Formats: sequence, structure tokens, C-alpha cells
Amino acid sequence: MRIAVVGAGPAGVRAVEVLAAAGHRPIWIDEAPEGGGRVYQRPPAPLRRDARALYGFEAKRATALHAAFDALKARADWRPETLAWHIRPGAKRLHTLHRGAQDVVEYDAALLCTGAMDRVVPVPGWTLPGVTTLGGAQIALKAQGCGIGRRVVFLGSGPLLWLVAYQYAKAEAEVAAVLDTTPFATKAAAAPGLLRGGATFAKGLYYIGWLRARRVRVAEGVTPLAIEGGAEGVTGLRWRDAGGREHAVACDAVGLGWGLRPEAQLADLAGIPFRFDALQHNWVPVRDAAGRTPVAGHYLAGDGAGIGGAEVAELAGARAALALLQDAGQAVEAATVARLDAALARQQRFRAALDRAFPFPAHLAAGLPDDAILCRCEGLRAGDLRAAARAGNAAGPAPEMNRAKAFSRTGMGRCQGRVCGAAAAEILAAELGQPVEAIGRLRGQPPVKPMPIAAPRPASEPVP
Amino acid sequence: MTTECEVLVLGGGGAGCSAALHLAQRGVRVVLLERGLVGSQASGVNYGGVRQQGRNPAELPIARRSRELWGRLKDITGTEAEFTVTGHLKLARGDAEEAELIAYLDVAKRHGLPLRLVGRNAIHREYPWLGPAVVAGSFAPDDGSANPRLLAPALAQAARAAGAEIREHTKVVAQHHAAGQFELVSEAGQTFRAPVLLNMAGFWGGAVAEAFGEPVPVRPLSPNMAVTEPIPYFIEPNLGVVGGNVYLRQIPRGNVIIGGGHGESDPAAPWARPLPEVTLEVLELAVQLVPELAGTQVIRSWSGIDGKMPDGIPVIGPSRTTPGLFHAFGFSGHGFQLGPAIGAIMSELVLDGRTDIPLDAFRIDRFPPAA
Repeated sequence: MRIAVVGAGPAGVRAVEVLAAAGHRPIWIDEAPEGGGRVYQRPPAPLRRDARALYGFEAKRATALHAAFDALKARADWRPETLAWHIRPGAKRLHTLHRGAQDVVEYDAALLCTGAMDRVVPVPGWTLPGVTTLGGAQIALKAQGCGIGRRVVFLGSGPLLWLVAYQYAKAEAEVAAVLDTTPFATKAAAAPGLLRGGATFAKGLYYIGWLRARRVRVAEGVTPLAIEGGAEGVTGLRWRDAGGREHAVACDAVGLGWGLRPEAQLADLAGIPFRFDALQHNWVPVRDAAGRTPVAGHYLAGDGAGIGGAEVAELAGARAALALLQDAGQAVEAATVARLDAALARQQRFRAALDRAFPFPAHLAAGLPDDAILCRCEGLRAGDLRAAARAGNAAGPAPEMNRAKAFSRTGMGRCQGRVCGAAAAEILAAELGQPVEAIGRLRGQPPVKPMPIAAPRPASEPVP
Repeated sequence: MTTECEVLVLGGGGAGCSAALHLAQRGVRVVLLERGLVGSQASGVNYGGVRQQGRNPAELPIARRSRELWGRLKDITGTEAEFTVTGHLKLARGDAEEAELIAYLDVAKRHGLPLRLVGRNAIHREYPWLGPAVVAGSFAPDDGSANPRLLAPALAQAARAAGAEIREHTKVVAQHHAAGQFELVSEAGQTFRAPVLLNMAGFWGGAVAEAFGEPVPVRPLSPNMAVTEPIPYFIEPNLGVVGGNVYLRQIPRGNVIIGGGHGESDPAAPWARPLPEVTLEVLELAVQLVPELAGTQVIRSWSGIDGKMPDGIPVIGPSRTTPGLFHAFGFSGHGFQLGPAIGAIMSELVLDGRTDIPLDAFRIDRFPPAA
């Protein structure tokens, strides 16, 4: 059986581990040169530092995953630096690009472990030089050993906000402020559920406590007003506190993010239906608890199948691989399946509490001022999208997301809406007076990421 | 619930929306039924070429009339739908292709279409960014391009303003004709009744014609389209080639739209998608025409569903089986430019019983009956 696994993060590594143990040699694709995924991204060799410095509390998990990956590379058809840019579920073909060379991977079963990316809410000034996502700020530190600025403000919500701020402070960057848009009360209400997370919850508290103890300016329930600066970069950030008072903080960089969103373009192209997950406030591909999808022969695991975090991804990767084997008629150990199912269910309850504790700030997105940039690829402002939704539009009002894209070009640029899509949906829904899940989601189109046009074939080279 | 009107239009592409507009402007109570949103298929996802040059001579009178409407689109709909007169440059990549360009000069002359041959010496002087594969071109200064995403919705909006009823998300599942009345039933159980029916349903127009006893050999056709990231603007004319296996244009904001070949589709869904092998082949052809495109990133590709006739020209005109039924479908991948005029012509067929445009080549009974 030809098995293709896309992604070598926590889900992909544990999936390949199960498949290899069952005697398979899957084709294994990742955009990165090495395994580990974004969460446990490894610096290039000259910048290697010890795992403890790179991954903190996660050092043991990261090291274990890297070790598993290193041992598995030879037991799979490992294809690094390879983008899977299209999938045809009927023909069961993946189209890949590796350093300019096109290839086709034919498979009988595909396991997509495509991970996640930062979820962004535009703030006036968010396209100034010096503004990056929380994940980007973390990657800079982990993979390149540098920070995004000398005096950094972290803005957003979710566990990553506190973790990245902690990591920067530990690396002796000046953390000018940590501004959490979620009110304390929202988090407190979710605390009983968060306790289920045990160590994970404790780590979160530790970061917050550590930052407070070092007198880092911390505020909760804030409303960002504007990131200020000019062509030279960021100079400061204005925000309003929960009591309605305005503040300004000087900085030369801002890291912002509101949790993660699935990188699910391949799942979309594979024809897997999506559902709106109200708790995560994300569109997620439909799958069962084991990772089976309604499209036969196609399995999902990890954050690409709905945000769960790295620990869940490891469990889900192994579980989806077992589902794949089960469906292929191969015997699997019932005890292993039961152990994974129980662990996944336990994690699911903690995850739900986490999503309740750090809800997506839909109101901030919907309230983006008309003159603020919304779609940075196309240089469109929030007002441009709102205009497309109005009856006075020459082409008539856009009743849903793809029509709004067609009329206004929102989400039509290089990122194809991966960055601005979540906020654009809130703006359109608010303008139409509809719940966000009623206005649909941006349709996926190949290639899943930009793909360069190949150079002309030399005249001497015959056309195949 | 039953809706009564004077004319029912089936299909909300550019042509159908234009028909609704032209009929409403003449005071007719018209209802247009569209399964999805107007302009969702061929009209909305095509390349956006507003091209007369190179057309089948039978289509040129329609294309000439449509070009006149395109020039007034802003007055008609409130938006020019990004229609820009950039000229259309059709390129030859060898002697045989060049001979075709020369032969077409006579056709253009007969129809009053301005066309200028750009010979072997001039072509690289005038367009220094063309690759060495190109040996000649013919330039149609009145042609250009527009944004296909805007045309049908803008025409529909103008039709609404003129009094037409545009029913989107209304999929017709049954159609009958009795006692001089057409009766259409939607999936949701609504009934629509009128003495006149315009079948403008693209590929699906074939099924409608068949329901009225006049099947035609129409096949689904999915254009294979791609667009690049924005790059500095340098390709002014809309580019095509003899044979049509690649076509490309750049919009002033910088993106290059590249088409050629056909994707895959399932009209029952409906669902259409470009084929990766075709996309890569077309990109290779594009980079032969314009070598500077090498290295530019493709950011999206897409497709939709049109109807293709065996002879590559549409069915237009009255039904031979059912009085009050008129067809206009099967535009075979080049109906976007024609859409505005088709609507005008259909309104004339309905209200005047005639039109100045010769339509004989498009009659529905031109195909031998299936064995």
C-alpha cells in the first residue's frame, strides 16, 4: 500500500512511527528541511543551542520527537523542503514542488498533518515594519536566535502570548508590555476546566507569575487602538484598558496573535467538508475522533484538523495512522487504540476550557475602523470590504464570503486569505447582520502556497 | 406558490442577466432563475477577454454589437466592470500560424474590425518583452479585457433596478409547456409560469433543450485559469496565440492572468477545478511568449463550467419544437464578450420577432440527430 504523509510535526512524526512499525514505508513530505514542525522547529546547525534553552518546559518532548524523527527518516521515503501544492482525491495524486522541481506522488491513503498558523486580528498600523505574529516572534528566537526588536510589546490572547513574552524576557529582550485582550473574568470562569490540563495549566500560570514578578507591565481585557510609527518602523502602541482609560507604550516591535487557525488548504482541496467550530471560532475539516474523514482514504491529524496543540497532535497522529491501518484490514492492538482514545478525550476537555478561556475577539475584528488595512496583500481597507456588502455596490450586495472576495479582492492576494480571512469574515458578517458561520468561508484553490513559474526550457532540450 | 410573468429567463450568466435587463427596460415583466449566484460559472470565472479578433466569422456581427455595449457599460450598469481597451495581440509562433493571421485580415475587413498585422521585424521592436518563439502578431486596437467577476452581477443589479426579478439560489428541477404556458418548478417547490422561456443555462441549457425534444451534443468545458502575484506592469495588450493553447493578460495592479487548456468538472455537483498538469503546461507556454514571467509566483488557479458545442459556436435562436422557447447557450469558452449583445438580441427575438443580427449559423437543428 502506498501511503503519503504530509507534515513532519508532532502529528506526522507519530503517524509515521506507527506506520513504519506496521511494516510500511510511507512517502513523507514537509516544507521544512527537518522534522519537528513549527512548534519544535530546529535551528540550522550553526545556530544549534541546547534543548532547554530552545524549548523550555517542552525540552523533553521536543528532544524525544526529534529523536523519533531522526530514527524514522531512513524508514520512510523522506522528502524535505517539499511543498504539496495540490491534491486530487479522486485520482489519489499529490502534486509537489521541491527546489523548483515538480513531482507527482500517487497514493492509496493520505494522512494530512499540515499544522497551523497564527490567527491574526488586524489592528490599525499592523502592517508597519516591526510588527510580526507571536508565532513568527517565537520562530525568530528559536530558529535564528534573534528577537523581533529591542523593546517589544506582545498583544493578543491565548497561551502563546504569555509563553512568547516569557521566552523573550528570558532571552533578555525588553518586554515593554504584555497586553491580553481577554478580560480576567473570562479566564477565571474557565479555570475549573483548565485545571484538567494539569501541567499545561501550571506552566501558563508560571509564565504569568514570572513576568509579573519581574515587573513586566501586564494588562488584561485591553482594547488595542493603534500601532504607531512610520516607514522606519514601529514607535509605539496605543491601547485602552478595561476601565476605558487610554495608554501609550513606546516600543520598536510588536508581536501579536490570537491563537491559531488550521492550515487546512490540502484538506479543502481533498474535498473534505468543513464545519464551523463555534468554540474555536474556526472552520475545521470534518473528521471523526480517530482522524477518518468522509473522503475515503484520507485522514487528518494535528492542528490542521482543528487546533489541539502539540501534545494532542502526537496522540492524534498515532491514532489516525492506526485508523488508516485498521481500514486497510491490518490488525492493530486494541489496547493501544483504547489508550490513545482515552488520552485524546481527556485532552479534548482541557482544550474546550482553553478555548473558553481565550475566545476569539470577534468584536475587535468586526470593529476594525474603515481606514485600517484589512487585506495586506491587496492593500484593502476594512471600508472596502464593507462597501462590497452594501446594496449601493454597483454589482449588488455580496451575500457571502466568496462573493465579497470576488467584488472587493479581499483574500485574493499572495496569502489567499490565510492571514486576513478570519477578520474579513467578522467584518462582512457584522455588516450583513449575520452570524459569522452563515456567510461561508473562502474557497480553497490550488496552489496552497505561491508557486514560481519555471524558467523557459532551453531550446536544445526536447519537450517530453 | 406560483409566480406569473411574461418572460422567464433560465440562467444568470452574463447573457441571461443582459436579457433580463433589456426586457425589463422595454417594460416586460421578467423573472430570471439562477441555481446559485449570478455569474457563478462560465461568466464569472473566465479569463475576462473582451475580444473580437480571431472569432468565427459568424460570431463577428454579435461581437461588434457587443463591443458597442461594452463601450457604454458604465452608463448601462453603473460600472465599467474594469473594461479596459488595451488592444488584443494575437501571436504566431511559426510560419503556419503567421499564415493564419494573414488570412484573418480579410475576415476582419469584411466585418469592419480594425486589425493590424505586426510583422517579423516590428513585433520584437514594438514588444521587446516577447520571447524568440514569437514570429508575428495581429493587433486589434478596439479589443481589451474586463473583470469577469463583476459583469453578470452588475447586469443583474441593473436589471433589478429596471424592474426585473432576479431569483438566485433557485434551481429548476422540472419544466413543462402546455396551453401556451411554460411552467417551471424549483427545488424548493415554487412554480413559475410565463408564455415565453429563454434557455440561457450554459452547459445545462443542453438538458433544457432536450426536455423540449431537441437534444444537442453539448459537453461541459472547464477553462484552466491561473493568476500570478503582482509584478511591475509591462504587458499592455491582451495576448493570445493562433490555436488558442495559451492566453494571458496583465492588469495595471500587476497580476498576470494566464489561461489555456481545460480542467476537470462534475456538472452535477456542480464542481470544477483546474488540472495541475494542464496548469504547468500552460505556464510553460506562457513563459515561452513572455520569458520575464519566469520566477513569478502563481498564487491561485481556478475553473468553472461552460458548454461546448462540436463546432465551437453557440446555439442561438428560436426552438424548432416549442413556440415561445428561445435558446442561447453553449458559448464554447468564448461567450463573455458576447454576453451583453446576446441579451439585447434575445429581447428583440421575443418582442420584435426578429433581429438585424444573422443567426442562421447558430440554429439548434444544425446537428444531425443522434443515432
